[in-house]
Amino acid sequence: MYNVKCDVAIIGGGPAGLAAAIAAKEEGAEKVLILERDNALGGILQQCIHPGFGLTRFKEELTGPEYYGRFVDKAKEVGVDYMLDTMVLEVNHETNEVICTSSRYGLTQVQAKSIVLAMGCREKTRASIMVPGTRPAGLYTAGSAQRLVNRQNIMVGKKVVILGSGDIGMIMARRMTLEGAKVVMVVELMDYLAGLTRNRVQCLDDFGIPLKLAHTITRIEGNERVTGVWVAPVDEKKQPIAEKAELVECDTVLFSVGLMPENELTRKAGIAINPITNGPAVNQYMQTSAPSVFACGNVVHVNDLVDNVSEESSRAGKYAARYAMGKLAGEQKTVTCVTGRNVRYLCPQTVDANEEGGKVSLYFRVLQPELGVKLIARCGDEVIASTKEFRVNPGEMCHVNVATEKLTGDTVTVEVIKED
Amino acid sequence: MLKTDVVVIGAGAVGCAVARELSKYEVDVIVVDKNEDVGGDASKSNSAIIHTGYDAAPGTLESQLVVAANPMYDELVKDLEVPFARIGAILPAITDEQFEKLPAIKEKAFKNHVYDVEYKTREELLAMEPNLNPEVKGGLWIPRESIIDPFILVQAYAENAYANGVRFLLSTKVTGITTEGGKVKTVQTTGEEIETKYIINCAGLYCDDIAEMVGKAEYKVVARKGQFFILDKNTSCQVDHIVLPIPTKITKGKLMCPTIHGNMLVGPTAEDQDSKLDKSTTAEGLASITADVRNLIPNVNVRDTITQYSGLRPNRNPEGLNFDIWDDLEGYVNLSGVRSTGLTLSLAMGTYVVQQLLARGAGWKLKENFISKRKGIVKFSECTREEQDALVKENPLYGNVICRCETVTEAEILDAIHRPLGARSVDAVKRRVRAGMGRCQGGFCGPKVIEILARELGCEPTDINKNNAGSYMVTGSTR
Repeated sequence: MYNVKCDVAIIGGGPAGLAAAIAAKEEGAEKVLILERDNALGGILQQCIHPGFGLTRFKEELTGPEYYGRFVDKAKEVGVDYMLDTMVLEVNHETNEVICTSSRYGLTQVQAKSIVLAMGCREKTRASIMVPGTRPAGLYTAGSAQRLVNRQNIMVGKKVVILGSGDIGMIMARRMTLEGAKVVMVVELMDYLAGLTRNRVQCLDDFGIPLKLAHTITRIEGNERVTGVWVAPVDEKKQPIAEKAELVECDTVLFSVGLMPENELTRKAGIAINPITNGPAVNQYMQTSAPSVFACGNVVHVNDLVDNVSEESSRAGKYAARYAMGKLAGEQKTVTCVTGRNVRYLCPQTVDANEEGGKVSLYFRVLQPELGVKLIARCGDEVIASTKEFRVNPGEMCHVNVATEKLTGDTVTVEVIKED
Repeated sequence: MLKTDVVVIGAGAVGCAVARELSKYEVDVIVVDKNEDVGGDASKSNSAIIHTGYDAAPGTLESQLVVAANPMYDELVKDLEVPFARIGAILPAITDEQFEKLPAIKEKAFKNHVYDVEYKTREELLAMEPNLNPEVKGGLWIPRESIIDPFILVQAYAENAYANGVRFLLSTKVTGITTEGGKVKTVQTTGEEIETKYIINCAGLYCDDIAEMVGKAEYKVVARKGQFFILDKNTSCQVDHIVLPIPTKITKGKLMCPTIHGNMLVGPTAEDQDSKLDKSTTAEGLASITADVRNLIPNVNVRDTITQYSGLRPNRNPEGLNFDIWDDLEGYVNLSGVRSTGLTLSLAMGTYVVQQLLARGAGWKLKENFISKRKGIVKFSECTREEQDALVKENPLYGNVICRCETVTEAEILDAIHRPLGARSVDAVKRRVRAGMGRCQGGFCGPKVIEILARELGCEPTDINKNNAGSYMVTGSTR
């Protein structure tokens, strides 16, 4: 078996892995190695040829390839090493060994001092939301259709219905239209948009594509290729109203029904997974339950904006480098983050209150859309942070910043409260 | 015009098993199937269990063949490299009423010559299956109930038959049968016409349509739909054995078991329907599976479903497994009523059909050079690290992982495409190497599999189908 040694091994060379690698290098780690299964760095951004990236980080609007291109340039400049076409098979957090395979080197054992998980996420499928009907050709997740169209120059269909108003679904509605397909409608189960409002405006409204809120697909028709779908409105309990179902003809259905952190390696390694995010539980250093293993980006929790991914991944890289250099060895005082009113999950899930002068952003998603609210963090009854928001909704991540020195007790609770 | 001794109609489990058994003899055989791949219809969408026959109707042909077939699998799966495990089944009684039915079930097993069914106490059952309904009163243990990869079983029969000279005409539909002087003469197809001495109708769901062609339609096929869920390998609530409900008068009920590849399977429903094409799943069907399986395994988590499917069992009216031959139609064999036990009994059916024909003077001689073994596709994911390293060194394509959920490499996909009776469609690849069978259901590997198929078969991506003609995957290139 081929053997490689490094300080920080990073699994995944998408935006998360790239940002982590650069930060690790800048923090002083000598050898930082990215293990990437694709034939190029950049991850899913390679197929995201639309603009809309970088507004937060670079204060300008970039396409996916432009965005990751800046990180690739930087990674090369600071001397990050990487192996492409390399699939990681196993992570061992006790020995800090990573086993991977590639055509070029065969089975390879990477001996690291710390490890960063940056495998990203995968799409939920038709089956995971249990849409009944037949199983014809022509059913794609929005992301696989996007790969075919944008990376392989292959069109997947001519008359399209999209289920789910997630960002990829809306972006693919525009993309398919620009490529000459007819997008009949975008169907959304909830009575609010799943993705960003700006995508609704730029991808649906500007192209006259109807959005059917509070509707769902109740059945798929067609034996060889899909011939149509039954679309029905849903009641308050999200149950379809069968008698109002209508048959909508189409030859393609794209599913944009959510993303799931891809944590098969994490699970196999025995690292603790948060049941709500489906990602590893982390502290503000992006450190998992295994102290030498860090995690960042969509493998931890699904982000809306790559800019956020880059930010949290830089943190993961920085602390992974410190760990590798023996500089993150101090005793930690763990404060648990607790979800309060209208908060679905929090990330990080714990905070080390011993971090000197630490400023921690607690990211979270709300359960329900709400207008005129305050986002607060409190220890017991004492409010330690508070910001006002005109509107919150589950599709757009919120955060509240807390200072570690203000953390008293064992927990910090984050909640959304109505402003009086 | 093609010429042969035997035409087998249908390349499902029974057709391929019959063809393989025939290939042990000096006889020329052609298998014809309308589908693009071997594997049939019912044979590829079922519970993938090799039954013991403990609950068959005693004294029937079905009982005889299932009971005979079960022990035959130990050797077959070694010879043909078919994934198989004797995990055993438990039949827990949850209510007092069910508990009282256990002696009758054991007696029926005895009448079927299945002597190894045993009582288990509540404590024993809970120790065997900690996720079992804690209300369980006791139950039965049926040790030889087993699980198999149904796709590979049929592929293995077919590939082995092919290696022994059997020809396969796929994507070829039988359109008519001609007879002459009380004997079969030719089989007409959407391809070439075939002159033959024997016709064995193993057409499953469509066996009545074939029988109609020779005027022997003495029954009707009634498609009985069975819907299933497949759960993620990581689902929180799992079982180690086949967990069967106590049957009621109306239905055998819905079970939960592991698949040979480590997923959990729950189902099936049993819904008689007129259509032989409607393989859709329904919200009601899926809800009934959830409700019923929860009686056995209360914490089963159907939210972890990675796919749902339904199969059509080719039941018949009047009911029952039938082997029919007629004095006024020499050379014609009709198999009908091959239903949920069909996968199991296929192996014994091969022997049965051949022996019946030999007894009636077929006069076939055993081959001296029958090839009894078939090599399966090497599974990278199941190799040790050392074996994996050696594989990649020998063929670098073993280093290119295409399906990340199931860790399937490009070398395995090429083997699936280029071996005899190789994969021509996305589903055929999936059924051979499991690319796209995992939790993302081909979301990541699907686009790559289309590309590989087109490259290897020397065609365009638009020519690649999901399965049969018309199931095109993509429509053209971008602007």
